[in-house]
Amino acid sequence: MTLATQRIAVPRRRAATPRRRAGGAAGYLFVAGYTVLLLAFGVFPTCYAFYLAYTNEAGSFTGLNQFTKVAADPRFGPAFSHVLLYLVLWLVALVVLTVLVAVVLRSRVRASVSALFRFLYYLPGALAGVASVLVWLFMLDPDVSPVSWLLKAMGLDTFAAVLAPGDLPVIFMLIAFWTGAGGWMVVMYGALNNIPDEVLEAARMDGAGPWRTAWHIQIPMIRQWIAYMTILAFAGGTQLFVEPQLLQTASLGRVSPAWSPNQLAYVYAFQQGDFNGAAAISVFLLALGLLCAGLLVWRSNMFTLDEK
Amino acid sequence: MTQNTSAPHVSAVRAPGPPAASGRPDTSTPRTSGPRTTPSRAVSAAIVVLLLGVLLVFFVLPVIWLLLAPSKTANQIVHDNPLSFGSFQQIGAAWRHLFAFQDGAVLVWLRNSAIYSVGSLVLTLLTSLPAGYALALTRFRGRKTLLICTLVTMIMPSATLVLPIFLELNRFHLIGTVWSVILPFAFYPFGVYLVYIYFATSLPRDLLSAARIDGCSEWQLFTKIALPLAKPVVGLVAFFSFVGNWNNFFLPYLVLPNSDQFPIQVGLNQLLTSTPSFNPVAGAGLNITIPELSLAIIVAILPVLVLFLFSQRTLVSGMLAGSTKE
Repeated sequence: MTLATQRIAVPRRRAATPRRRAGGAAGYLFVAGYTVLLLAFGVFPTCYAFYLAYTNEAGSFTGLNQFTKVAADPRFGPAFSHVLLYLVLWLVALVVLTVLVAVVLRSRVRASVSALFRFLYYLPGALAGVASVLVWLFMLDPDVSPVSWLLKAMGLDTFAAVLAPGDLPVIFMLIAFWTGAGGWMVVMYGALNNIPDEVLEAARMDGAGPWRTAWHIQIPMIRQWIAYMTILAFAGGTQLFVEPQLLQTASLGRVSPAWSPNQLAYVYAFQQGDFNGAAAISVFLLALGLLCAGLLVWRSNMFTLDEK
Repeated sequence: MTQNTSAPHVSAVRAPGPPAASGRPDTSTPRTSGPRTTPSRAVSAAIVVLLLGVLLVFFVLPVIWLLLAPSKTANQIVHDNPLSFGSFQQIGAAWRHLFAFQDGAVLVWLRNSAIYSVGSLVLTLLTSLPAGYALALTRFRGRKTLLICTLVTMIMPSATLVLPIFLELNRFHLIGTVWSVILPFAFYPFGVYLVYIYFATSLPRDLLSAARIDGCSEWQLFTKIALPLAKPVVGLVAFFSFVGNWNNFFLPYLVLPNSDQFPIQVGLNQLLTSTPSFNPVAGAGLNITIPELSLAIIVAILPVLVLFLFSQRTLVSGMLAGSTKE
C-alpha cells in the first residue's frame, strides 16, 4: 500500500482559458439539488436555531435571556468543563502518539511491517459510533474484560468503580483514540512520505540520528497537518453525545444524563420540552464549530481555492 | 493477558543508520563509530518495539475479544480465559436468542439501516456529482459563496447541526418519517468537495472548451466526458457516505420515536437496556446477555467491516484528499 499525500490544493486557472463564464446557466441547474439540501439542512437549521435562541415559546424576541438562562443552569458549566478536560486529554494523546507512531512507521520499520501496522491500527475505525462504546463497556467491566487483571491492579474491582465521575474523560479519550487515532496515523504517515528523500539524506549526512531528524526536520515539515488534525478533532470532541449517552444507560443512572453540552441540549428539548433553551445551547456549540471551520478555511492554506 | 506480542517484530525493526539502499560507505560523519549496537541504539529499538507492541494490543485485542465472545455463554465469558473459543453450538444459541428478540426486531433494524443508508447514498450521488462538476468546471454567480459554505459545513462536525435539524423537522411535522433521516443524511458537503477536487485536478479544461466549441451542451459534457471518468471518486464518496450514515446514531435517535423505524445503531442502544448485566430491571427472561449483545455488535458492523477490508486503498487516498469527518 503506497501512499501519496496530495496537497489539498486546486490548480489555478491557466491564463489561456477564456474569461467568459463557461456554462454559466447550466451551472445553476447542476448545483440546484445540492443547494436545496445545503439550504434545508445546513443554512436553515443554523438560522432557525439562532431564531429560537433569541425568542421565547410565544415567538416574541427575548434578547439574550435564553442564553443567560441556560448559562445559569447548574449543569451548564460542568458540562462544558467535562468536555474541556476530555478534549485536553484526547488532543494531547492524539497529537503525541499519532505523530510519534507515524515517524516510527515511516523511518524505523520495514515497509511491509509498516503497512500491516497501519492497517491494524486503523481497523477499529470500522466500529465507530455505538459499537465502539459497547465494546469498551466490556473492556472496562472487570467481570468480563480481557485485561481485568490490569483494572484490578489499578484498584478498579467493579464496573461501578470504573465509572467514577472522574474517570469519564479518560474513558471517552480511550474510545475516541481507539476509533479515530489509526486514521490520523495513516494521514500523518502520508504527510511524512511527502518529505523529499534528499532532505532526510542531508540530515543524515550532517550526523543527525533518526530521533533528531524527526524532531528538527520531519515534525516541523508536517506542522500544518498536525494543526489541521488538532482543529478537526477539537471541533468533533466538543460535540460529544453518543458515548456519554450510552454510558449513562449502561451505568444505571450513575452517570449524569447531562454530562456533555449536547446531552444537556437533548435534556432541554426532550425532557423539559424547552426548545428555545435547547437551541441556545446548540448556538454555543454551533459558534464553536463555526469558529474552528472559519479558522481552517480562512487562516490556513489547507484549502486554497482557485482565484476568480 | 500477558502474551509478549512484540517478540516476533524485533527482527522487523530496522537498525538506524545508513539505509541499505544507499550503497555509499559511511565516511561522512566524524562520529566515534562504536560497535553496531551501542546502548543508545538498543534503547531506541526497544522504545520502538514497546510502542508498536502496546498499541497493537490496544487496537486489536478488543476486536479479537469481540469476535470470540458470541461463542461462549455469559458464564464462560466471566470465568474462562478471555481469549478462548467456546463452541459453535453456543454461537447458534446466541444467534437464535438475538433474532428472537422482540420477534426479529434486529432484522427490521438492519433492513431500516440499509434503506436509510442506501437511500441517502443515492440522493447524495445524484446531487453531489453534478454540483462538484459545476463548481470545478463552470463559472456562475455565487459559485464562490457556495464553495465556502460547502467547506465550512464540511469541516463543522455533523453532530453540531443535529439538534437544530431536529427542531426544524419538528417545526414542519416531519418527525418520525423516513425522510427525516434520509434527507439530512443525503446532504453531504464532504462528498461535493471530493468530487470538486477530483474534477478540478483530473479533467483538462481545454478538452471541455474544445467540446463546447464543437457544439456539445453542458449536459452532454457532463454525461459523456465527465461521468465516465468519475468512477474512482464515485467509489470514494459512496464509501464515506455509506459508512457515515450506517454508523450514525444521534440524528435517528432524535427523529425516530418508534422501535420499528430504528436503524441498527439505535437498536443496539435498545438491546443494551435489555441486557441484565447493565440493566437488572429489564433483563428478566429476555435472553439478551453478553454473548447476544456481542453478536449484535458484530452483525451491526459487518457491512462496514467488509467495506473496510475491501477498500483500504481507496479509503486512504480519500482520507488524504481532505481527511475524514467524524
